[in-house]
Amino acid sequence: MVIVWQAFQNPCMTRDAALLLPSTEPVTLIDPDGHPVPHVGHDLPDPQALVGAYAALISARRFNDQANALVRQGRLAVYPSSHGQEACQVTCVQVLDDGDWLFPTYRDSAAIVARGVDPVQALTLLRGDWHSGYDPHATRVAPQATPLATHLLHAVGVAHAARLRGEPTVVMALCGDGATSEGDFHEALNFAAVFRTPVIFFIQNNEYAISVPLARQTAAPSLAHKGIGYGVPGERVDGNDVAALLTVLGAAVARARAGEGPQLVEAHTYRVQAHTNADDPGRYRSADEVTPWLARDPILRLETHLRGRGLLDDQTSSGYAEQADQLAARMRAGLGEDTPSDYRDLFAHVYAEPTPQLREQQALVADELSREEAR
Amino acid sequence: MMPAEKLTMAAALNRAMRDALRADPAVVVFGEDVGPLGGVFRVTDGLTAEFGDQRCFDTPLAESGILGMAIGMAMNGMRPVVEMQFDAFAYPAFEQLVSHAAKMRNRTRGRLEVPLVIRVPYAGGIGGVEHHCDSSEAYYAHTPGLHVVAPSDPADAYGLLRKAIESADPVVFLEPKKLYFSKAEADLTAPVPPIGKAVIRRPGTDATLIAYGPAVPIALEAAEAAAQEGRSLQVVDLRSIVPFDDETVCAAVRSTGRAVVVAEAAGFASVSSEVVARVTERCFHSLHAPIRRVTGFDIPYPPPKLEHVHLPSVDRILDTVDELQWEYA
Repeated sequence: MVIVWQAFQNPCMTRDAALLLPSTEPVTLIDPDGHPVPHVGHDLPDPQALVGAYAALISARRFNDQANALVRQGRLAVYPSSHGQEACQVTCVQVLDDGDWLFPTYRDSAAIVARGVDPVQALTLLRGDWHSGYDPHATRVAPQATPLATHLLHAVGVAHAARLRGEPTVVMALCGDGATSEGDFHEALNFAAVFRTPVIFFIQNNEYAISVPLARQTAAPSLAHKGIGYGVPGERVDGNDVAALLTVLGAAVARARAGEGPQLVEAHTYRVQAHTNADDPGRYRSADEVTPWLARDPILRLETHLRGRGLLDDQTSSGYAEQADQLAARMRAGLGEDTPSDYRDLFAHVYAEPTPQLREQQALVADELSREEAR
Repeated sequence: MMPAEKLTMAAALNRAMRDALRADPAVVVFGEDVGPLGGVFRVTDGLTAEFGDQRCFDTPLAESGILGMAIGMAMNGMRPVVEMQFDAFAYPAFEQLVSHAAKMRNRTRGRLEVPLVIRVPYAGGIGGVEHHCDSSEAYYAHTPGLHVVAPSDPADAYGLLRKAIESADPVVFLEPKKLYFSKAEADLTAPVPPIGKAVIRRPGTDATLIAYGPAVPIALEAAEAAAQEGRSLQVVDLRSIVPFDDETVCAAVRSTGRAVVVAEAAGFASVSSEVVARVTERCFHSLHAPIRRVTGFDIPYPPPKLEHVHLPSVDRILDTVDELQWEYA
């Protein structure tokens, strides 16, 4: 095992506090009308990356729409939509290498699919099953976290283990604005900073934790400002601007991979739809608040920009739409089938070897079922 | 190594971690003050000096952080052994333990294992101030997915900790603080029974005392005193609370027909109540008397001056044994 001693050097000694503070305004490189915005320190990503992100955006939006429809049809138990946040969903994956890890929350199903996970497997938990569906090792995607912020510490541990072995792994850990109030958010940033682990803490600030607005979560100037308390650089980025996200997240990943430690990135975006299908946003926000965000839609802005530069035409665009249709068809087909459920699975994975008590309990169910069948 | 040597439980635990660190590069030890200080009970003494700051290291003072990071490291190929410093200081890590360490295997259908050990210096009898003497085993034992073990002597402490570190599942390892510095002859090269097996610590024919961890030496002392009075008490050491060894415990109780469960923890909704329920369900027709319990009272752990009132004592055990309906059969 290769041991990396630098992992244990305290980074605080060399940090200039001012360098840890985020910019006053979120970094924007393409404005809502599709025009490039010059920015000191950040250049537009190369055209290929932008076009790739556009294709992923189209699929992510289609994924959200189809998942919402599947809830209405009773094929999914619940769906926390990332409609309007698709730029965050696809870019946080696009900046990763194959060997890197993604730690998603329940609102990040579109990111999981962007990572290459089969959409039906990605929705396993949300269709009401008891497990994550996909293989976390094979996909390098942790099971979706339902409790808030607890997975951020797991991300730190995965990154620390990789670093101890001298592997170049970077971990992208996702959370929302509400999760920043949890104690584990604080502990994860602190541990990551002290051990200088290669983790990007990527907050999608969509203004709401179910019904509670950001002002009730924090009195900080921004969520990215929280980084300075841990010695972690914070950055703010326009969460509906694919170009800014690719640039800022890409720089954070490069920095982490170079051994310079964790980074906190706050994307300013908006939860356009309800928390889930069980929510009623009319009770806590007005349509007037939502409307301006529709004009800032991440797809619209990137499409205008790409067409303006001649990087996208109707033919390519319809090709991407067709890919997205195929994804949706796969979802309908896969989630339209009932998955077989086997009571033995309830007992099989509690321990590596079932305890004698679990064997007894499984035998009890087997006996009950055989008597039911005999009737 | 000499086949049998006299050493403390703290030294045996230290040896177990040392040998595990030598045997497997995936093993890491971390927590609060476990580095240069060697832990507040010196159980990790010398490990950082021998294996370096990357194998045995201090962390920020945050138990959820310690366990959460350990879970992530275990997800990525390591075998972390973390120390919680004191029983009642482990509670901030409770969510990580119950919702993540215990469930990771199940919620990934076995694709993610979290082989880690949570060492908890636990229980009372050391004159500790508040929040330093809790018996917290019931919280852990109630959580599917965790193994919960408690050694009662140095040899078993060594063997159980080695097995806990090798386990594919998370193990809550309860170390009775009051036994840390009591010495006993121990042959660390001798194999110990696996996690999940109880052992008979003392043969006896009249009644069975069932104990674990810090209560075992008291039960053995009570059995010795009873022998002076002509009563033969068998002592069963559970060792492993989860998995529970129904077979050994029930065979023991059937052989005597009478039983008393001895435990430091408060008796209400406890491991001791589970033992009584299990044994009664399985051995009812072999029993000459209801199974009784000698446990801590249902109170917050008392101050040092009064802990002797609270803790199971030889007298209280013998008084309870006396009440096992000797007039029948």
